[in-house]
Amino acid sequence: MTTITSPPVTEPGPTHSRTEPDHEGRGIATLWSDSLVYAGRNIAHIRQIPEKLLDVTVQPLMFVLLFAYVFGGAIGVSGGSYREYVIAGILLQSLAFGMTGPATAIATDLTEGVIDRFRSLPATRAAYLLGHFLAELAGMALSIVVLLTAGLVVGWRTHTNIGHVSGALLLLVLFASAMIWVGTWIGLKVRSPDAVMGVGFVVIFPLTFLSSAFVPIDTLPTVLAHIAAWNPISVMVGAVRVLFGNPVAPTSVHSWPLLHPVPAAYLYCLVLLALAIPASLRQYRKRTSD
Amino acid sequence: MYETDVRHTNPSVQPPAGGVVARGLGKRYGEMWALKDLDLDVEPGTVLGLLGHNGAGKTTAIRILTTLSSPSEGSATVAGIDVAAQPGAVRRRIGVAAQQATVDGLMSARANLVMVGRLHHLPKARARQRADELLERLELADNADQLVKTFSGGMRRRLDLAASLVAVPQVLFLDEPTTGLDPRSRGDLWEILRDLVRDGTTIILTTQYLEEADKLADDIVVLDHGRTVAHGSPEDLKAQIGDDRIDVKVPSVSELDHAARAMERFASAAPTFDHESLIVSVPIVEGTSLMQVMRALDSSGVDALDLNRRQATLDDVFLTLTDPDAPTEEVPA
Repeated sequence: MTTITSPPVTEPGPTHSRTEPDHEGRGIATLWSDSLVYAGRNIAHIRQIPEKLLDVTVQPLMFVLLFAYVFGGAIGVSGGSYREYVIAGILLQSLAFGMTGPATAIATDLTEGVIDRFRSLPATRAAYLLGHFLAELAGMALSIVVLLTAGLVVGWRTHTNIGHVSGALLLLVLFASAMIWVGTWIGLKVRSPDAVMGVGFVVIFPLTFLSSAFVPIDTLPTVLAHIAAWNPISVMVGAVRVLFGNPVAPTSVHSWPLLHPVPAAYLYCLVLLALAIPASLRQYRKRTSD
Repeated sequence: MYETDVRHTNPSVQPPAGGVVARGLGKRYGEMWALKDLDLDVEPGTVLGLLGHNGAGKTTAIRILTTLSSPSEGSATVAGIDVAAQPGAVRRRIGVAAQQATVDGLMSARANLVMVGRLHHLPKARARQRADELLERLELADNADQLVKTFSGGMRRRLDLAASLVAVPQVLFLDEPTTGLDPRSRGDLWEILRDLVRDGTTIILTTQYLEEADKLADDIVVLDHGRTVAHGSPEDLKAQIGDDRIDVKVPSVSELDHAARAMERFASAAPTFDHESLIVSVPIVEGTSLMQVMRALDSSGVDALDLNRRQATLDDVFLTLTDPDAPTEEVPA
């Protein structure tokens, strides 16, 4: 740099005052603002690669059209229309697949040098994970809005009061949060981002298809019907249907969670969060210290 | 942290000052010591060069001093603060440019620097202003809004350096800052580092190039397999290994000694021998011309196949330090 005429690096002038907190970057306010900076990074990535948003927008939309117009005609549901039935299933599947988002993003960060930069900065450690969570949650919220709008277009309606509908939305957000933290944990656990998609397909596809997400449980062979009746996804989907007032398609297999889907679904989500968050924090500490 | 605020409010009153001290620093991975018994005393505002080949323990030392890794034994302070006890306080006072570029390829250069500023808890406007200053300073202003993944290696390095300067560090750590750079970019980077030192920044850098350590460092620590094999000023090191060298290739092993003796009067230090390639390397006294050496070889009847004058390299350091014929005097620490 032989032609440099700008002021020297360490002489930034009188405006270089800095409102640095007098602690080690802890405290809720600092955690929150640091997290927003990290979340802003994810948003910047989406601006560069808008295709990233396809996963949470166009893909579920295709599922709505596929099940409403292609498969839907062949599947009957007692006590209502299949289109009203399947929306909850597609919602749950999309949100479950949403866990691949944070998992891939975090696994990628860990293979690149940028994580060392973050670690050498005085920002709160946990803010990195919380930033990913906030950005992913925004994406999932968008996914929910897109899906419900598409549902309205193809004929899905709610038949309950505002309290129940809010309860359904809260449950969806809670489930999305749980899946993001599970994805975070997976992302911290795998050795390369390529492994994430494999894990996603192997776990999410059987889990969502062997449930009441797309077909009534009673249409399945006995063994599968029992699996589906105890599958947490069936419970989640059932709870959302009950809260929206959509057809539930009664089943002859009586499992306790399926008979009380709403409290059971909330319980499942809270348990998942209680397991995934500490596990992620622990794994993060493990992966970033030596 | 009162003293930090003073420094940042008016840096001309109190320039960044902070040395680095290490005592018996060691890091073990399984059975292998990546670093062992490292002692450092880096005065504020000076440059320490950690010189060594890949796997010598340079990066391990940097990672411990920058709080990215915890030592298995020993202790260290950076700017007077214990790295193990108060890593957060250390992080506020240091800048790190790792070997692997640690900038986000999917963001613009400016966005990267603003993000780092925000994570240093600078107010938003200040972070933007600082980013612009550094982009200007490191000649990246024209590429400020370009995606970093499109940057060349040299531009990435400069951005990485800019990121490590955002918070005006007291101590700057650079892990092989010029590896992979072309000579021009390397010279540019050296210039920037000299400016920083002039402004009072303490720098610890690692390098595989003896020339680089010589040009930049006030003090050099030579590492080999995690251990310190030499420690002193570039002058000390040169006194031991000599400066420029002349390599003479001869047709047979017996000729090696013969050639070395013929060149004795030009030698500034002991010669080193490569018995496989049949090359004798002689550190030569300044002012010696190639012609004088050729005449001397010719008059002694040495059948020189090839003659090459070059600067001393890291390999010469190791050859000399491990060569039994080399002078045994200790390099003062």
